Amino acid sequence: MAYVSIAERGQEISHPHSFITKYIWSQDHKVIAIQYGIVSISVGVVAMILSALMRLQLGFPDTFSLISPNEYYQFVTMHGMIMVVYLLTALFLGGFGNYLIPLMLGARDMVFPYLNMLSFWVYLLSVIILMASFFVPGGPTGAGWTLYPPQAILPGTPGSEYGILLMLISLGVFIVAFTMGGLNYVTTVLQARTHGMTLMRMPLSIWGIFTATVLGLLAFPALLVSAIMMTFDRLLGTSFFMPAIVSLGENLDYKGGSPVLFQHLFWFFGHPEVYIVALPAFGIVSDLLSVHARKNIFGYRMMVWAIVSIGGLSFIVWAHHMYVSGMNPYFGFFFATTTLIIAVPTAIKVYNWVLTLWQGNIHLRVPMLFAIGFIFTFTHGGLTGLFLGNVVIDLPLSDTYFVIGHFHMVMGVSPVLVLFGAIYHWYPKITGKMYNETMGKWHFWMTLFGTYAIYLPMHYLGFLGVPRRYYAYSGTDFIPESAQIANQGITIAAIFVALTQLLFFANMIWGLVSGPKASGNPWGATTLEWLTKETPPVHGNWGEDTPTVHRWAYDFSVPGHEEDFIPQTTPRPEGEQSEPT
Amino acid sequence: METVVALVVILVAGAFWWLWRQRIFEKPWLTHGPLEDHPSHNIRRVPAAKTGLFLFLVIVTSLFSLFISAYFDRMDLADWRPAPEPVLLWVNTFALILGSVAMQWAWSGARRNDVITMQRGLIAAGVLTTGFVVGQIWAWFQLTGAGFGLQSNPASAFFYVLTGVHGLHMIGGMYVWLRTVRRLLAREELERVGGAIELCKTYWHYLLIVWLVLFGLLLST
Repeated sequence: MAYVSIAERGQEISHPHSFITKYIWSQDHKVIAIQYGIVSISVGVVAMILSALMRLQLGFPDTFSLISPNEYYQFVTMHGMIMVVYLLTALFLGGFGNYLIPLMLGARDMVFPYLNMLSFWVYLLSVIILMASFFVPGGPTGAGWTLYPPQAILPGTPGSEYGILLMLISLGVFIVAFTMGGLNYVTTVLQARTHGMTLMRMPLSIWGIFTATVLGLLAFPALLVSAIMMTFDRLLGTSFFMPAIVSLGENLDYKGGSPVLFQHLFWFFGHPEVYIVALPAFGIVSDLLSVHARKNIFGYRMMVWAIVSIGGLSFIVWAHHMYVSGMNPYFGFFFATTTLIIAVPTAIKVYNWVLTLWQGNIHLRVPMLFAIGFIFTFTHGGLTGLFLGNVVIDLPLSDTYFVIGHFHMVMGVSPVLVLFGAIYHWYPKITGKMYNETMGKWHFWMTLFGTYAIYLPMHYLGFLGVPRRYYAYSGTDFIPESAQIANQGITIAAIFVALTQLLFFANMIWGLVSGPKASGNPWGATTLEWLTKETPPVHGNWGEDTPTVHRWAYDFSVPGHEEDFIPQTTPRPEGEQSEPT
Repeated sequence: METVVALVVILVAGAFWWLWRQRIFEKPWLTHGPLEDHPSHNIRRVPAAKTGLFLFLVIVTSLFSLFISAYFDRMDLADWRPAPEPVLLWVNTFALILGSVAMQWAWSGARRNDVITMQRGLIAAGVLTTGFVVGQIWAWFQLTGAGFGLQSNPASAFFYVLTGVHGLHMIGGMYVWLRTVRRLLAREELERVGGAIELCKTYWHYLLIVWLVLFGLLLST
């Protein structure tokens, strides 16, 4: 039976008639993707400025007195939460998920376009609520991005009046937005694939985004549960998480609650969150490496299975964030084991990326540079993760700069490099213009070396036992003078990397304003988004008929074929052999 | 946390079974042509709204499982004192069961294109569900009146949170119910209204099951 999907039927798509319905209240997945992109990157810039202010304080405490201790905690908190949730999650799934899913799968739009539009606006509302906390009395919460009770809601912690409430409300609103978007992404992948697009013919970008969305849909409820219960504790005086406690010399009414219960709930969300960010990066980087090495991805099936098994395993490792919480040591053993098991599919992926490059026809264009940079930073961050996954090593390193170095390498720098690579890769399709290649390369090298200069020394600081989340370290005997020199170096590198990003924005704007016109498929890629009639694709994506897929997404350099790529829509002639993986 | 681990195991097993059915082991570089008969296309024939609702129910299951898991964890601590359940909850439960039956009745009417049964079923379901929600709020007042406020002990605090979150889901369902009634009264195409009633029916049955689990939990602890 010929199948006609909702996304395929052109007449069912809402057609915009005015500027407002086309660019503001738009139901077009591409416009929504760009809206998500602009808002998330803007809020990410705010978080980056906060980190620069913190670094100035840490590197030169006597020279700059820009921020107070309270502000330091507030900036730490806001920087972490914004980067993890409001930038990375929103940009990978709301941004690239929205843009790529329908285009790569040959659909005209998401299956629920109205819900998709709502998702963006509710996301924007969550961002506004979060930003509003900068302007309320007491400022934003300074509880640390993990928001651990009891300190998160007790007087003495900055922002315990309104800041923490706005944070919890904003997270709740974000989860609503994510659920609306996530339902769309998953349903679209399941149901709006075009003719011939079987699950195993989907590009790995889609597998990464799809699996990450499923993780998000299952994990974000844990954050919602903890946010609801903490709001009750803060506003209505319940004791879900709050133990009997004396605060500022006063006996509070709380009694018997369990702060560790909050930690369990938070990390049941928090650990899958790492993979909500990482899996789309894994998928996208696989596609970038394959396209720019002109070679099929090594071990496609293994890559899919690894994405799915990492997704499954990510739900049973959460307590490795809680080794120092005083939990049962047998739990520690269990969670250390599951954590180390996750290294197996992850390592498979790293080997496969490297083997994809092996004997490839490597084109060191800007997206490829970022993709290869990712392999370095991710391997680096992943290996330090093996240290921290072991209980006995984690205990002394817990709450030191080693942890900061580790997670910034693995889920800060690495996904951000992929994001840059992805933006440079799809920029010609999204805008129809080309950016300046040289400027892009400068951006890459300065960012890569700059971030290494920031995070590599942090591992050494961690070995010295320098604790995280401290406003100043003066007068501490066990921290040598040289640590302060390292701190100064890190700060200089951080400011350098922050300023380097101006190159990126300048390049993007230059490309839009006066960049040369890009062709429809400048990289010679095989996937459907490069085969649209117009570039950038118009509303409805495909003109009269949606494409029909005849082959998988990685037919590069096929022997006997004239060009070094075969689009997914090209029927396979008799006798053609595909290079076995 | 055992509840959560059990849920994860069930979900992982379900995901594996589903992926296996989608031929996740086939070698895609050896396949060619549009593969119209491929099993991974089958799911595309299901109405999108049905899949969307199914996924939503999975998310809601995750939400309530985590609440229940937190409930068990908190129960183990020393200050837990069981809270009484107002008798009214039995009446409310009965109302919700009847509401679910009425939804099923409306759906049976939709399958026969019987507008009268659809109307009667929908109205009955709406009235009974409103009764349930009002009854739950009334039960809150009764419990507060008996001295079991939010702050008195964790068991009663959980009672308000669990019934509140369930009630909010019920109210969300009532919004869709209201839209369905309006569509029926506006004499929209019966097939489309029938589709909406089917979704309402599934949602109502699901929330009934959730309530029975929660009620059982409250009664037994």
